[in-house]
Amino acid sequence: MQLIKPDINVDFVGKRTLALAFSLLLIAVGLVSLIAHGGPDYGIDFAGGTLVQVRFTEPTNATAIKGALAGMEIGSLVVQQFGDDANEFMIRMEKTSTELKGLAIEVQNHLSAAYGADKVDVRRTEMVGPQVGSDLRNKGLMAIFYAMIGLLIYISWRFEVRFAVGAIIALVHDVAITIGMFSLFGKEIDLPIIAAFLAIIGYSLNDTIIVYDRIRENVGRYNKESFAFIVNRSINDTLSRTLLTSGTTMLVVLALFVLGGGVIHNFAFAMLVGVLIGTYSSIFVASPILIFWEQRQAKKS
Amino acid sequence: MSNSLKIRGLVVFVCLTLALFSLAPTVMYDSLPGWWQDAVDPIHRGLDLQGGMHLVLGVDVDKAVESRVDSLIDQTDALLREKDLVFKRIERRQGNRLVVVVYDAAAGEQVDALMAENFPSLESETLPATGGYIEKHYRLSDKEAANIADYAVRQALETMRNRVDEFGVSEPTLQRQSDNRILIQLPGVKDPERAISLIGKTARLEFKMVAESVDVAEAKKGNLPAGTQLLYERNTNKSTGAITETPVVVYTKTALTGDLLADANVRIDTRYNEPYVSIDFNRVGAKRFDQITAASVGKRMAIVLDDTVYSAPVIRERISGGSAQISGSFTSQEATDLAIVLRAGSLPAPVQILENRTVGPSLGHDSISKGIKSVIVGSLLVVVAMIIYYSLSGVVAVIALLLNVLFIGAMLSLFGATLTLPGIAGIVLTVGMAVDANVLIFERIREELRLGKAPKVALDLGYGKAFVTIMDSNLTTLLAALVLFQFGTGPVKGFAVTLSIGIVASLFTAIFVSRVIFDFFLNRRQVRRLSI
Repeated sequence: MQLIKPDINVDFVGKRTLALAFSLLLIAVGLVSLIAHGGPDYGIDFAGGTLVQVRFTEPTNATAIKGALAGMEIGSLVVQQFGDDANEFMIRMEKTSTELKGLAIEVQNHLSAAYGADKVDVRRTEMVGPQVGSDLRNKGLMAIFYAMIGLLIYISWRFEVRFAVGAIIALVHDVAITIGMFSLFGKEIDLPIIAAFLAIIGYSLNDTIIVYDRIRENVGRYNKESFAFIVNRSINDTLSRTLLTSGTTMLVVLALFVLGGGVIHNFAFAMLVGVLIGTYSSIFVASPILIFWEQRQAKKS
Repeated sequence: MSNSLKIRGLVVFVCLTLALFSLAPTVMYDSLPGWWQDAVDPIHRGLDLQGGMHLVLGVDVDKAVESRVDSLIDQTDALLREKDLVFKRIERRQGNRLVVVVYDAAAGEQVDALMAENFPSLESETLPATGGYIEKHYRLSDKEAANIADYAVRQALETMRNRVDEFGVSEPTLQRQSDNRILIQLPGVKDPERAISLIGKTARLEFKMVAESVDVAEAKKGNLPAGTQLLYERNTNKSTGAITETPVVVYTKTALTGDLLADANVRIDTRYNEPYVSIDFNRVGAKRFDQITAASVGKRMAIVLDDTVYSAPVIRERISGGSAQISGSFTSQEATDLAIVLRAGSLPAPVQILENRTVGPSLGHDSISKGIKSVIVGSLLVVVAMIIYYSLSGVVAVIALLLNVLFIGAMLSLFGATLTLPGIAGIVLTVGMAVDANVLIFERIREELRLGKAPKVALDLGYGKAFVTIMDSNLTTLLAALVLFQFGTGPVKGFAVTLSIGIVASLFTAIFVSRVIFDFFLNRRQVRRLSI
């Protein structure tokens, strides 16, 4: 079976100004949402806080749970349904306690008093102190930063500096849009999401390198053609592979998104956005940048 | 069959055998012979998958430095009295400063000389004080303070290890981390609340004489004479469960500490059928206890644990045997835990909980079954897509994919890596991306076939040309994964491990194994059409 005809020749490169506008629009939407929310919505891993995941034997609702906890002095409190059943909830508090007898235990005691001890099952509790939270955030950011530096060096070595710059711009583009989408959909960024960002970086890079590799090869083959033609030819040459690989990756990410359960859900959401954007960026961002670069060089000389 | 093919086939066979051998304990541990169970461990499951507790505790090292200064004050006090030096008072200031207030410069010099002789590590400084007094300041050097802090963390780790051992958790992890932090992981712990209080309790046991002459009502207003402190005695009413607190004023100077304990055990008081903790002092402790009780018959002595008075009995007679008891309306579990912490020793400084993640076993179980389900469904979808798109060649890619998953599992178990929930996500992702290498190869082969090349030549060229691309793209991803592993923590690390292993395994299966399969079927056969 073949979805893409071998002699396909879509003018991707000609639409690069349109693509640029589209990318900027996506980034702007994310940015506006980020500003409206006052920065990224950090989960307790980075913001610090206490989280309790409770399963009740019978369905209940957020208001009732808040009522049961009303006696506690815990400041801001968010109660969310977890998964599809109306009997599992996440309770998130901004406050943390460094005491041995933590907040989570207090929450459990209050819920047991209101619902009956055998009707409440605390399945997970997490407490991250503010200090640890900011440490984790810094480490996560450093991991992304070092990864980018390493990639810049590796690609410069294997290809050329302009390829490395193009790839990095595409990566920043992908992560920026994904962060924006997270903000837009009101999803929290926590530690597993950093792993997802890095997976997106790895994936998008994979995609970009494959197009670049073909450009490197085609420069020798079509030495009489313009650089823009070569780039467009290379994108078309690899189009079948790009779509098929993105397709299979999307299939498994969708499987994770639907079946992976609550903890994996946000991770899969990040991947879903990332794979889409990553595929788009290796066609419309990473390669056209090489042409912009080429044009600027030509103007200078 | 060519020699090269035989050798390559053998390599694949050996890898497959090794993979099955190392995966067997994970799948069917109980039905394997003992030597097999000893040879390879089942895949380690992270706390998020098997349930358990992840704690990061911060040791309050400032407190350890303060208590060192306090003990220096005691020693200095004794020393000055012994030498008959007249001084107004000694006190601790700003955490790590020992201040001796004297009446004139001459006395100051004498104090200086004495301090320099006995405590050479202290840095001294002289300041005039109000009322014509002279203050001699002695400060622990930064290096000394750092040493104390370092020792406190090491000792805290050691003590916690002893406590965890007595608590009975299989395969606990206790590690020292930077910034005076201690990481503790307790897989499958049943009662997290109890575990925390057991590990984190300072358990500083002190015996202090009650200052009977001080008016408690005045003390509560804050009018405490120098050298005394206000503590509270905790009592639980047996019938109502209500907790009452009675104020007690004691002398700050500790008569005896829990460091001198030899043993602690739970006993039952036969009169009231109430548990208490019986403690036995070591030789030095027994002697000191004997002296104190002999000198204080008729007075009250408070038994203080972490600044709470447990009881303050009247000393009726001299106690020479070296044993005492702590009673204080305990439940039998409280008494057991107290005995454990006293036996294991006190922490050199209080600890704070900086991070606590506890996953119940039921959630871990859910996560595994959901994770496995998504791996299976995701893989099946990919299998179907590949076979539809590439027919028989797709089948070859699918075989390579299955081996890939098998090899990832085998490497996890061989390297003793820990499988976490993000780790499972990493495997799923690898499955999606692993076919990429085969897609690249197959697309190249198709190109060559379109140019009119014979199947075998096209196969050769396809593998050859795609190889560089595959290496470049996979090595960059591997680079990112390794950086993640180096700088990441917790879930990020778990993800990086499976992603790295997955990339290595998929390079092997997609390039090497799939080629062996092709060659095996195309060997010495004149194939006119390649099913691709």
